[in-house]
Amino acid sequence: MSTPPGDAVKFPLIFGLDTFGDVTHDADDRPLSHAQTIRNLVDEGVLADQLGIDFFGIGEHHTDDWPLSAADVVLAAIAARTNRIHVGSAVTVLSSDDPVRVFQRYSTLNAISNGRAEVILGRGSSIDSFPLFGYDLADYEELFEEKTNLFAELLKGGPVTWEGNTRAALHNQDVVPHTEFGPFPAWIGVGGSPQSVVRAAHYGFSLMLAIIGGSPARFAPFSRLFLQALKSFGRAPLPIGVHSPGHVADTDEQAREEFWPRYLQVITHVAETRGFAIPTKESFMYEVGPRGALYVGSPETVAQKIAAYLPALGANRFDLKYGMGGLSHDVVMKNIELYGTQVIPRVRELLA
Amino acid sequence: MKRIAVIGAGHVGPVIARLALDAGFEVGIAGSGSPEKIALMTEIVIPGADARWAAGAVEGADIVVLAIPLHNFAYLDPALVAGKLVIDAMNYWPATDGVEEIFEDRQATSSEIVQRRLPQSTIVKSLNHIGYQDLEDARRPAGSPERRAIGVAGDNSDAVEVVEDFIDRIGFDTVRLDSLTAGRLLEPGSPVFGSLFSRTEFEQALRVKAA
Repeated sequence: MSTPPGDAVKFPLIFGLDTFGDVTHDADDRPLSHAQTIRNLVDEGVLADQLGIDFFGIGEHHTDDWPLSAADVVLAAIAARTNRIHVGSAVTVLSSDDPVRVFQRYSTLNAISNGRAEVILGRGSSIDSFPLFGYDLADYEELFEEKTNLFAELLKGGPVTWEGNTRAALHNQDVVPHTEFGPFPAWIGVGGSPQSVVRAAHYGFSLMLAIIGGSPARFAPFSRLFLQALKSFGRAPLPIGVHSPGHVADTDEQAREEFWPRYLQVITHVAETRGFAIPTKESFMYEVGPRGALYVGSPETVAQKIAAYLPALGANRFDLKYGMGGLSHDVVMKNIELYGTQVIPRVRELLA
Repeated sequence: MKRIAVIGAGHVGPVIARLALDAGFEVGIAGSGSPEKIALMTEIVIPGADARWAAGAVEGADIVVLAIPLHNFAYLDPALVAGKLVIDAMNYWPATDGVEEIFEDRQATSSEIVQRRLPQSTIVKSLNHIGYQDLEDARRPAGSPERRAIGVAGDNSDAVEVVEDFIDRIGFDTVRLDSLTAGRLLEPGSPVFGSLFSRTEFEQALRVKAA
């Protein structure tokens, strides 16, 4: 299953950074406040822009160690201090949000940023938003299906008429602010469900493959499915992206030493509710190796791996989910710097 | 044994279907509705499998794998799988999937409740405790030192044996648990849930948990 999707269209290569707003630690390894974490995050986005990175995304979470519940506000602050970088969610947990509000917030962000807003929709494998906002996890499918449908209608612009079970109906409703230049880019984040791939194609959203564990190669059929499904719905090809976690430092050893204890701690913490195995050093080394999902290492190691998987997956975009709770802000900034100055140019060179 | 039916076309079902195809079985797969809805997915992601209505997939199958979200289980018609050997690959996992009234009886395991609601089927609990991504990556031929184990729990020892043979053929060692009650050791919260253990490590983990 490693043959690349044959009729993939050449979209420009895009390189992004995603964060869940992982709480960073100070020099004495004490967690920084949520407020300081958020201010640091704005600086991280600004640095990414200075380095010429294409996209900066924030994944909505609602927990003590991932306090980024209002990603769009942080993105607006980044937008106000930058001119070039695209800013977006990674992901917006649409099932537990109101599509009208999501549209309004990101359309506003699009206005502030002069057309640099994007949105990646998904359930998010973090499900804290369901009880918080009074949604039943058992309704997940219907919530996501209906809200995706409404969001697609809203993105078209113009008055919306919509009816469903999960929110109030809209009758010829104008939803503002209007976008200046048509719909902003919208993606659906897909973990492992092929039917979600078909859904993304059905609504004409781009596909973001969230590959956070195991072999990236097993996602290749999803890219083929996406392109075939677009075709069957009479749509033109759309971009495909890959989102994966990683960490870049000067050397492989340093990157692993910095990342491993934090990764172990975070995954152990979420293992129970996500059904993850608690990682061992051995499983970690597999994940950072050529067949695993983690992009941890020197700039060369990480660049080689990205350059290997983008074509194998028929993808034109790579978003590195950087940071891991407990790393320091300095280490995280260094990761961003190496990604922007060394990894991305090297991948471009390898794929030229 | 040559035909497998997979009921469920979400994250898990297509992966099990692919493993069964690779092991040489004929595979029918059904989603929650018409075969047309999953036809393209089947063609590209599990080439070789037949997309069917659930009844068509089950017909003639030696094993039926139930891999639907547990909150949809209440809508499954027991007649559909009457007389069949059914692998229950589902989990009751309220923290992740929400609370389901019929599975709130904590005296019984989720597979015992499935068995109660499918009285004319023979239920074996298996394939539920391993991540779908691991299922695909971790399979190894018999005898490989890297082989991992999957638990198989059931009240009917003949049925358990058939399922163990199936699991072996798709690439895993098995660890037998002699009842659906004992299948609690495979449920969310158990040390083997989500893990990737060799048979020895698996047995060791179960002994610690059971003690």
